[in-house]
Amino acid sequence: MNMKNRDIISIRDMTKEDIEYILKKSEEMEKNMKKNKNLLNGYVLSTLFFEPSTRTRLSFESAMNKLGGRVISVAQPKASSVAKGETLADTVKTVEQYSDVIVMRHPNEGAARLAADVVDIPIINAGDGANQHPTQTLLDLYTINKECGKIDGLSIAMMGDLKYGRTVHSLATALAYYNVKLIFITPEELKMPSEIKKYLKNKGIPYREISGIDEIGKADVLYVTRIQKERFPDPADYEKVKGIYKILPETLDILGNAKIMHPLPRVDEISPEIDKSKNAIYFRQARNGIPVRMTLLSLVLGEME
Amino acid sequence: MKKELKVSAIKNGTVIDHIRPGKALEVVRLLNLENYEDSVTVAMSVRSSLHKTKDIVKIENRELSEDEVNEIALIAPESTINIIKDYEVVEKRKIELPDVIKGILTCMNPNCISRKEGSSKFIVEKREPVVLRCYYCERLMEEGEILKRLRI
Repeated sequence: MNMKNRDIISIRDMTKEDIEYILKKSEEMEKNMKKNKNLLNGYVLSTLFFEPSTRTRLSFESAMNKLGGRVISVAQPKASSVAKGETLADTVKTVEQYSDVIVMRHPNEGAARLAADVVDIPIINAGDGANQHPTQTLLDLYTINKECGKIDGLSIAMMGDLKYGRTVHSLATALAYYNVKLIFITPEELKMPSEIKKYLKNKGIPYREISGIDEIGKADVLYVTRIQKERFPDPADYEKVKGIYKILPETLDILGNAKIMHPLPRVDEISPEIDKSKNAIYFRQARNGIPVRMTLLSLVLGEME
Repeated sequence: MKKELKVSAIKNGTVIDHIRPGKALEVVRLLNLENYEDSVTVAMSVRSSLHKTKDIVKIENRELSEDEVNEIALIAPESTINIIKDYEVVEKRKIELPDVIKGILTCMNPNCISRKEGSSKFIVEKREPVVLRCYYCERLMEEGEILKRLRI
Protein backbone atom coordinates (compact mmCIF):
# COMPACT_ATOMS: atom_id res chain seq x y z
CA MET A 1 0.00 0.00 0.00
CA ASN A 2 1.42 3.35 -1.00
CA MET A 3 0.67 6.07 1.54
CA LYS A 4 3.18 8.58 0.22
CA ASN A 5 1.95 12.14 0.68
CA ARG A 6 -1.17 10.98 2.45
CA ASP A 7 -2.50 13.27 5.19
CA ILE A 8 -3.41 11.71 8.52
CA ILE A 9 -6.29 13.92 9.63
CA SER A 10 -9.16 11.81 10.90
CA ILE A 11 -9.82 8.19 11.68
CA ARG A 12 -12.97 8.67 9.61
CA ASP A 13 -10.81 8.87 6.46
CA MET A 14 -9.31 5.45 7.10
CA THR A 15 -10.56 2.13 5.84
CA LYS A 16 -10.09 -1.03 7.86
CA GLU A 17 -7.36 -2.01 5.36
CA ASP A 18 -5.51 1.26 6.05
CA ILE A 19 -5.67 0.66 9.80
CA GLU A 20 -4.61 -2.99 9.57
CA TYR A 21 -1.76 -2.04 7.28
CA ILE A 22 -0.48 0.65 9.66
CA LEU A 23 -0.70 -1.77 12.61
CA LYS A 24 1.19 -4.46 10.70
CA LYS A 25 3.88 -2.03 9.59
CA SER A 26 4.18 -0.67 13.15
CA GLU A 27 4.82 -4.17 14.39
CA GLU A 28 7.60 -4.59 11.83
CA MET A 29 8.98 -1.19 12.77
CA GLU A 30 9.11 -2.09 16.44
CA LYS A 31 11.13 -5.21 15.61
CA ASN A 32 13.53 -3.26 13.36
CA MET A 33 14.06 -0.01 15.23
CA LYS A 34 17.85 -0.12 14.88
CA LYS A 35 17.78 -1.16 11.23
CA ASN A 36 15.65 1.87 10.38
CA LYS A 37 17.80 4.41 12.20
CA ASN A 38 18.69 6.25 8.98
CA LEU A 39 15.44 5.70 7.11
CA LEU A 40 14.41 9.36 7.24
CA ASN A 41 17.91 10.79 7.00
CA GLY A 42 17.70 14.18 5.25
CA TYR A 43 14.03 14.77 6.02
CA VAL A 44 12.78 17.60 8.21
CA LEU A 45 9.66 17.40 10.39
CA SER A 46 8.04 20.61 11.61
CA THR A 47 5.99 20.32 14.75
CA LEU A 48 3.43 23.11 15.01
CA PHE A 49 1.72 22.96 18.36
CA PHE A 50 -0.68 25.83 18.88
CA GLU A 51 -1.77 24.21 22.12
CA PRO A 52 0.37 22.82 24.91
CA SER A 53 1.30 19.15 24.66
CA THR A 54 3.99 17.09 26.29
CA ARG A 55 3.51 13.47 25.36
CA THR A 56 2.34 13.72 21.78
CA ARG A 57 4.95 16.23 20.79
CA LEU A 58 7.84 14.44 22.49
CA SER A 59 6.63 11.17 21.05
CA PHE A 60 6.66 12.54 17.47
CA GLU A 61 10.03 14.20 17.97
CA SER A 62 11.47 11.01 19.40
CA ALA A 63 10.02 9.00 16.51
CA MET A 64 11.59 11.31 13.92
CA ASN A 65 14.95 11.30 15.73
CA LYS A 66 14.98 7.52 15.91
CA LEU A 67 14.65 7.42 12.12
CA GLY A 68 17.55 9.80 11.57
CA GLY A 69 15.36 12.75 10.57
CA ARG A 70 15.50 16.27 11.92
CA VAL A 71 12.84 18.20 13.81
CA ILE A 72 12.18 21.92 13.82
CA SER A 73 9.42 23.44 15.86
CA VAL A 74 7.68 26.58 16.93
CA ALA A 75 8.28 26.79 20.64
CA GLN A 76 5.50 29.22 21.43
CA PRO A 77 3.20 29.89 18.49
CA LYS A 78 1.45 32.55 20.55
CA ALA A 79 4.66 34.59 20.52
CA SER A 80 5.23 34.06 16.81
CA SER A 81 3.61 35.35 13.65
CA VAL A 82 0.28 33.84 14.69
CA ALA A 83 0.09 36.50 17.39
CA LYS A 84 0.71 39.10 14.67
CA GLY A 85 -2.53 38.05 13.01
CA GLU A 86 -1.23 35.67 10.37
CA THR A 87 -3.82 33.17 9.18
CA LEU A 88 -3.30 29.46 9.81
CA ALA A 89 -3.23 28.94 6.04
CA ASP A 90 -0.33 31.38 5.66
CA THR A 91 1.54 29.92 8.63
CA VAL A 92 1.44 26.36 7.27
CA LYS A 93 2.22 27.48 3.72
CA THR A 94 5.34 29.18 5.05
CA VAL A 95 6.36 26.27 7.25
CA GLU A 96 5.91 24.01 4.22
CA GLN A 97 8.87 25.78 2.60
CA TYR A 98 11.15 24.60 5.43
CA SER A 99 9.99 21.03 5.92
CA ASP A 100 8.94 17.71 4.40
CA VAL A 101 6.13 16.86 6.81
CA ILE A 102 4.13 18.82 9.40
CA VAL A 103 2.68 17.50 12.65
CA MET A 104 0.22 19.96 14.12
CA ARG A 105 -2.07 20.48 17.08
CA HIS A 106 -4.55 23.33 17.09
CA PRO A 107 -7.35 24.42 19.43
CA ASN A 108 -9.89 24.80 16.57
CA GLU A 109 -11.69 21.76 15.21
CA GLY A 110 -10.93 21.24 11.52
CA ALA A 111 -7.61 23.13 11.60
CA ALA A 112 -5.57 20.16 10.38
CA ARG A 113 -8.02 19.59 7.50
CA LEU A 114 -7.72 23.21 6.45
CA ALA A 115 -3.92 22.99 6.64
CA ALA A 116 -3.89 19.81 4.55
CA ASP A 117 -5.94 21.54 1.86
CA VAL A 118 -3.48 24.40 1.43
CA VAL A 119 -0.11 22.60 1.47
CA ASP A 120 1.34 19.85 -0.73
CA ILE A 121 3.40 18.10 1.94
CA PRO A 122 1.72 15.61 4.28
CA ILE A 123 0.01 16.90 7.43
CA ILE A 124 -0.39 14.70 10.50
CA ASN A 125 -3.10 15.82 12.91
CA ALA A 126 -1.94 15.66 16.52
CA GLY A 127 -5.26 16.95 17.83
CA ASP A 128 -7.74 19.54 16.49
CA GLY A 129 -9.78 20.88 19.39
CA ALA A 130 -12.29 18.30 20.59
CA ASN A 131 -12.45 16.60 17.20
CA GLN A 132 -9.76 14.09 16.23
CA HIS A 133 -6.43 12.72 17.39
CA PRO A 134 -5.94 9.85 14.93
CA THR A 135 -2.42 8.82 15.95
CA GLN A 136 -3.64 8.28 19.53
CA THR A 137 -6.35 5.97 18.18
CA LEU A 138 -3.86 4.05 16.08
CA LEU A 139 -1.52 3.55 19.03
CA ASP A 140 -4.50 2.50 21.16
CA LEU A 141 -5.45 -0.13 18.58
CA TYR A 142 -1.82 -1.20 18.30
CA THR A 143 -1.65 -1.61 22.07
CA ILE A 144 -4.87 -3.63 22.26
CA ASN A 145 -3.70 -5.90 19.45
CA LYS A 146 -0.25 -6.33 20.95
CA GLU A 147 -1.37 -6.97 24.51
CA CYS A 148 -4.37 -9.17 23.72
CA GLY A 149 -3.02 -10.79 20.56
CA LYS A 150 -6.11 -9.73 18.61
CA ILE A 151 -8.89 -7.16 18.43
CA ASP A 152 -11.71 -9.28 17.02
CA GLY A 153 -13.75 -11.02 19.67
CA LEU A 154 -12.76 -8.74 22.54
CA SER A 155 -14.98 -7.00 25.09
CA ILE A 156 -13.72 -3.47 25.50
CA ALA A 157 -14.96 -1.20 28.27
CA MET A 158 -14.54 2.58 28.27
CA MET A 159 -14.95 4.51 31.47
CA GLY A 160 -15.08 8.13 32.57
CA ASP A 161 -15.88 11.13 30.43
CA LEU A 162 -17.27 9.56 27.27
CA LYS A 163 -19.24 12.67 26.36
CA TYR A 164 -16.38 15.08 25.74
CA GLY A 165 -13.39 12.74 25.39
CA ARG A 166 -12.14 12.73 21.81
CA THR A 167 -9.92 9.67 22.33
CA VAL A 168 -12.87 7.46 23.21
CA HIS A 169 -14.97 8.81 20.32
CA SER A 170 -12.25 8.01 17.78
CA LEU A 171 -11.46 4.67 19.38
CA ALA A 172 -15.12 3.59 19.37
CA THR A 173 -15.41 4.66 15.72
CA ALA A 174 -12.32 2.67 14.74
CA LEU A 175 -13.37 -0.37 16.78
CA ALA A 176 -16.59 -0.49 14.76
CA TYR A 177 -14.46 -2.06 12.01
CA TYR A 178 -13.90 -5.07 14.25
CA ASN A 179 -16.04 -7.72 15.81
CA VAL A 180 -16.06 -6.35 19.35
CA LYS A 181 -18.46 -5.81 22.23
CA LEU A 182 -18.32 -2.42 23.93
CA ILE A 183 -19.21 -1.43 27.47
CA PHE A 184 -19.61 2.25 28.41
CA ILE A 185 -19.24 3.11 32.08
CA THR A 186 -20.29 6.68 32.79
CA PRO A 187 -22.45 8.83 35.01
CA GLU A 188 -25.68 10.01 33.38
CA GLU A 189 -24.12 13.39 32.53
CA LEU A 190 -21.15 12.01 30.60
CA LYS A 191 -22.68 9.33 28.37
CA MET A 192 -21.33 8.48 24.93
CA PRO A 193 -22.90 10.89 22.37
CA SER A 194 -25.90 9.54 20.49
CA GLU A 195 -24.16 10.14 17.14
CA ILE A 196 -21.48 7.58 18.04
CA LYS A 197 -24.05 5.13 19.43
CA LYS A 198 -26.10 5.44 16.23
CA TYR A 199 -22.95 4.74 14.22
CA LEU A 200 -22.17 1.63 16.28
CA LYS A 201 -25.75 0.41 15.89
CA ASN A 202 -25.55 0.81 12.11
CA LYS A 203 -22.31 -1.16 12.09
CA GLY A 204 -23.90 -3.90 14.22
CA ILE A 205 -21.58 -3.38 17.21
CA PRO A 206 -23.29 -4.39 20.47
CA TYR A 207 -22.76 -2.05 23.40
CA ARG A 208 -23.95 -1.82 27.00
CA GLU A 209 -24.25 1.36 29.02
CA ILE A 210 -23.74 1.03 32.77
CA SER A 211 -23.06 3.47 35.57
CA GLY A 212 -20.84 1.47 37.91
CA ILE A 213 -17.68 -0.55 37.38
CA ASP A 214 -19.11 -3.38 39.50
CA GLU A 215 -21.53 -4.14 36.63
CA ILE A 216 -18.71 -4.53 34.10
CA GLY A 217 -18.86 -8.33 33.83
CA LYS A 218 -16.21 -9.92 31.62
CA ALA A 219 -13.99 -7.39 29.86
CA ASP A 220 -10.63 -7.80 28.14
CA VAL A 221 -9.73 -4.13 28.18
CA LEU A 222 -10.76 -1.22 30.39
CA TYR A 223 -9.98 2.13 28.78
CA VAL A 224 -10.06 4.81 31.46
CA THR A 225 -10.36 8.53 30.79
CA ARG A 226 -10.15 11.46 33.12
CA ILE A 227 -13.39 12.89 34.48
CA GLN A 228 -13.16 16.63 34.52
CA LYS A 229 -14.83 18.17 37.51
CA GLU A 230 -15.59 21.39 35.62
CA ARG A 231 -17.91 19.51 33.24
CA PHE A 232 -20.46 18.98 36.00
CA PRO A 233 -23.06 21.72 36.37
CA ASP A 234 -23.59 20.72 40.00
CA PRO A 235 -20.46 19.92 42.07
CA ALA A 236 -22.58 17.60 44.24
CA ASP A 237 -23.16 15.38 41.20
CA TYR A 238 -19.42 15.12 40.70
CA GLU A 239 -18.88 14.14 44.32
CA LYS A 240 -21.46 11.37 43.87
CA VAL A 241 -19.68 9.70 40.98
CA LYS A 242 -15.98 10.39 41.47
CA GLY A 243 -15.41 7.48 43.85
CA ILE A 244 -16.97 4.98 41.48
CA TYR A 245 -14.51 5.91 38.77
CA LYS A 246 -11.39 5.40 40.78
CA ILE A 247 -9.39 2.24 40.15
CA LEU A 248 -8.08 1.07 43.51
CA PRO A 249 -6.28 -2.20 44.36
CA GLU A 250 -9.60 -3.71 45.48
CA THR A 251 -11.13 -2.85 42.07
CA LEU A 252 -8.80 -5.40 40.49
CA ASP A 253 -10.94 -8.21 41.97
CA ILE A 254 -13.82 -7.02 39.77
CA LEU A 255 -11.60 -6.56 36.73
CA GLY A 256 -10.01 -10.01 36.66
CA ASN A 257 -7.48 -10.03 33.81
CA ALA A 258 -8.74 -6.90 32.06
CA LYS A 259 -5.90 -4.73 30.78
CA ILE A 260 -6.15 -1.14 31.97
CA MET A 261 -5.40 1.55 29.41
CA HIS A 262 -5.36 5.35 29.75
CA PRO A 263 -4.39 8.03 27.20
CA LEU A 264 -2.70 9.96 30.05
CA PRO A 265 -2.34 12.32 31.80
CA ARG A 266 -4.24 10.79 34.72
CA VAL A 267 -5.26 12.71 37.78
CA ASP A 268 -6.67 10.40 40.41
CA GLU A 269 -8.78 7.95 38.41
CA ILE A 270 -6.14 5.23 38.62
CA SER A 271 -4.35 4.84 41.92
CA PRO A 272 -0.52 4.71 41.52
CA GLU A 273 -0.66 1.40 43.44
CA ILE A 274 -2.16 -0.13 40.29
CA ASP A 275 0.93 0.72 38.21
CA LYS A 276 2.77 -2.44 39.23
CA SER A 277 -0.17 -4.77 38.68
CA LYS A 278 -0.26 -7.01 35.62
CA ASN A 279 -3.44 -5.21 34.55
CA ALA A 280 -1.71 -1.84 34.10
CA ILE A 281 -0.52 -1.30 30.55
CA TYR A 282 -0.87 2.50 30.23
CA PHE A 283 2.82 3.31 30.26
CA ARG A 284 3.51 0.61 27.67
CA GLN A 285 0.62 2.14 25.72
CA ALA A 286 2.46 5.50 25.73
CA ARG A 287 5.64 3.78 24.54
CA ASN A 288 3.74 2.22 21.64
CA GLY A 289 3.28 5.73 20.30
CA ILE A 290 6.88 5.59 19.12
CA PRO A 291 6.75 2.70 16.61
CA VAL A 292 3.30 3.79 15.40
CA ARG A 293 4.43 7.37 14.78
CA MET A 294 7.72 6.19 13.26
CA THR A 295 5.67 4.09 10.85
CA LEU A 296 3.30 6.92 9.96
CA LEU A 297 6.18 9.33 9.28
CA SER A 298 7.94 6.73 7.08
CA LEU A 299 4.74 5.90 5.18
CA VAL A 300 3.67 9.46 4.40
CA LEU A 301 7.23 10.40 3.38
CA GLY A 302 7.24 7.47 0.99
CA GLU A 303 10.21 5.70 2.57
CA MET A 304 8.13 2.69 3.56
CA GLU A 305 5.56 0.81 1.55
CA MET B 1 -60.36 18.07 -20.05
CA LYS B 2 -58.68 21.44 -20.01
CA LYS B 3 -56.46 22.05 -17.01
CA GLU B 4 -57.56 25.03 -15.00
CA LEU B 5 -54.78 27.35 -13.92
CA LYS B 6 -55.21 28.17 -10.26
CA VAL B 7 -52.55 30.89 -10.32
CA SER B 8 -51.86 33.28 -13.14
CA ALA B 9 -48.98 32.61 -15.50
CA ILE B 10 -45.93 34.86 -15.48
CA LYS B 11 -44.31 36.39 -18.53
CA ASN B 12 -40.66 36.15 -17.52
CA GLY B 13 -39.08 34.75 -14.41
CA THR B 14 -38.91 31.56 -12.36
CA VAL B 15 -41.52 29.13 -11.16
CA ILE B 16 -40.52 26.89 -8.28
CA ASP B 17 -42.92 23.98 -8.51
CA HIS B 18 -43.56 20.80 -6.53
CA ILE B 19 -42.44 22.39 -3.28
CA ARG B 20 -43.23 20.15 -0.33
CA PRO B 21 -46.57 21.34 1.16
CA GLY B 22 -46.06 23.97 3.84
CA LYS B 23 -42.56 24.92 2.68
CA ALA B 24 -43.50 27.74 0.26
CA LEU B 25 -43.20 30.47 2.86
CA GLU B 26 -39.79 29.17 3.89
CA VAL B 27 -38.71 29.41 0.25
CA VAL B 28 -40.09 32.96 0.13
CA ARG B 29 -38.16 33.92 3.24
CA LEU B 30 -35.03 32.14 2.07
CA LEU B 31 -35.00 34.09 -1.19
CA ASN B 32 -35.87 37.30 0.66
CA LEU B 33 -38.92 37.77 -1.54
CA GLU B 34 -40.91 39.70 1.07
CA ASN B 35 -39.18 42.84 -0.10
CA TYR B 36 -39.06 41.94 -3.78
CA GLU B 37 -40.15 44.86 -5.96
CA ASP B 38 -41.78 42.71 -8.67
CA SER B 39 -44.67 40.32 -8.26
CA VAL B 40 -44.41 37.07 -6.34
CA THR B 41 -47.24 34.55 -6.38
CA VAL B 42 -47.47 31.91 -3.70
CA ALA B 43 -49.81 28.97 -4.01
CA MET B 44 -50.14 26.52 -1.15
CA SER B 45 -51.62 23.04 -0.96
CA VAL B 46 -52.37 22.86 -4.68
CA ARG B 47 -53.60 19.44 -5.80
CA SER B 48 -50.88 17.64 -7.71
CA SER B 49 -50.67 14.43 -9.65
CA LEU B 50 -47.21 13.70 -8.37
CA HIS B 51 -47.84 14.28 -4.67
CA LYS B 52 -51.12 14.72 -2.95
CA THR B 53 -50.58 18.46 -2.67
CA LYS B 54 -47.76 20.84 -3.41
CA ASP B 55 -46.77 24.47 -2.99
CA ILE B 56 -45.72 26.76 -5.83
CA VAL B 57 -43.79 30.05 -5.85
CA LYS B 58 -43.74 32.21 -8.98
CA ILE B 59 -41.28 35.05 -9.18
CA GLU B 60 -41.59 37.61 -11.93
CA ASN B 61 -38.38 38.76 -13.63
CA ARG B 62 -35.94 36.86 -11.53
CA GLU B 63 -33.52 33.99 -12.14
CA LEU B 64 -31.98 32.09 -9.26
CA SER B 65 -28.28 31.81 -8.61
CA GLU B 66 -26.68 28.40 -8.05
CA ASP B 67 -26.29 29.17 -4.34
CA GLU B 68 -29.99 29.98 -4.09
CA VAL B 69 -30.92 26.74 -5.85
CA ASN B 70 -28.70 24.83 -3.39
CA GLU B 71 -30.36 26.61 -0.48
CA ILE B 72 -33.78 25.58 -1.75
CA ALA B 73 -32.48 22.04 -2.16
CA LEU B 74 -31.76 21.99 1.57
CA ILE B 75 -35.36 22.71 2.57
CA ALA B 76 -37.38 21.39 -0.39
CA PRO B 77 -35.20 18.95 -2.28
CA GLU B 78 -37.93 17.52 -4.48
CA SER B 79 -38.90 20.86 -6.08
CA THR B 80 -38.53 21.72 -9.74
CA ILE B 81 -37.38 24.98 -11.26
CA ASN B 82 -38.97 26.32 -14.43
CA ILE B 83 -37.41 29.25 -16.23
CA ILE B 84 -40.08 31.22 -18.05
CA LYS B 85 -39.42 33.44 -21.05
CA ASP B 86 -42.35 35.11 -22.80
CA TYR B 87 -44.86 32.79 -21.08
CA GLU B 88 -42.99 29.71 -22.32
CA VAL B 89 -41.09 27.23 -20.16
CA VAL B 90 -37.61 27.41 -21.70
CA GLU B 91 -35.87 25.29 -19.07
CA LYS B 92 -37.13 22.82 -16.52
CA ARG B 93 -34.99 21.04 -13.99
CA LYS B 94 -35.39 19.11 -10.81
CA ILE B 95 -33.60 20.52 -7.80
CA GLU B 96 -31.00 18.12 -6.58
CA LEU B 97 -29.01 18.44 -3.43
CA PRO B 98 -25.33 18.34 -4.43
CA ASP B 99 -22.94 16.02 -2.57
CA VAL B 100 -21.03 19.00 -1.22
CA ILE B 101 -22.47 22.35 -0.11
CA LYS B 102 -20.04 25.24 -0.10
CA GLY B 103 -20.33 28.69 1.34
CA ILE B 104 -24.05 29.12 1.95
CA LEU B 105 -24.20 27.97 5.57
CA THR B 106 -21.96 28.67 8.53
CA CYS B 107 -20.96 25.78 10.77
CA MET B 108 -22.92 25.56 14.01
CA ASN B 109 -19.73 24.84 15.96
CA PRO B 110 -18.32 28.15 17.21
CA ASN B 111 -14.90 26.52 17.59
CA CYS B 112 -14.77 25.26 13.99
CA ILE B 113 -11.84 26.62 11.98
CA SER B 114 -14.26 27.54 9.15
CA ARG B 115 -15.72 30.21 11.45
CA LYS B 116 -12.28 31.81 11.68
CA GLU B 117 -10.86 31.50 8.20
CA GLY B 118 -11.66 30.07 4.81
CA SER B 119 -15.27 29.34 3.97
CA SER B 120 -17.72 26.69 5.02
CA LYS B 121 -18.02 23.31 3.35
CA PHE B 122 -20.44 20.52 4.17
CA ILE B 123 -20.71 16.94 3.02
CA VAL B 124 -24.28 15.71 2.50
CA GLU B 125 -24.43 12.74 4.84
CA LYS B 126 -28.13 11.97 4.45
CA ARG B 127 -30.76 13.32 2.07
CA GLU B 128 -34.13 12.52 3.64
CA PRO B 129 -34.23 14.28 6.08
CA VAL B 130 -31.13 16.29 5.23
CA VAL B 131 -28.12 15.78 7.48
CA LEU B 132 -24.89 17.62 6.74
CA ARG B 133 -21.41 16.98 8.12
CA CYS B 134 -18.98 19.86 8.38
CA TYR B 135 -15.98 19.03 6.20
CA TYR B 136 -13.68 20.65 8.75
CA CYS B 137 -14.88 19.93 12.29
CA GLU B 138 -16.92 16.82 11.30
CA ARG B 139 -19.89 17.96 13.40
CA LEU B 140 -23.33 16.84 12.13
CA MET B 141 -26.03 19.37 11.38
CA GLU B 142 -29.66 18.23 11.22
CA GLU B 143 -32.65 19.84 9.52
CA GLY B 144 -33.78 22.04 12.43
CA GLU B 145 -30.32 23.50 12.82
CA ILE B 146 -29.98 23.97 9.03
CA LEU B 147 -33.20 26.01 8.93
CA LYS B 148 -32.01 28.09 11.85
CA ARG B 149 -28.70 28.76 10.11
CA LEU B 150 -30.45 29.69 6.87
CA ARG B 151 -32.19 32.33 9.00
CA ILE B 152 -35.66 31.15 8.04
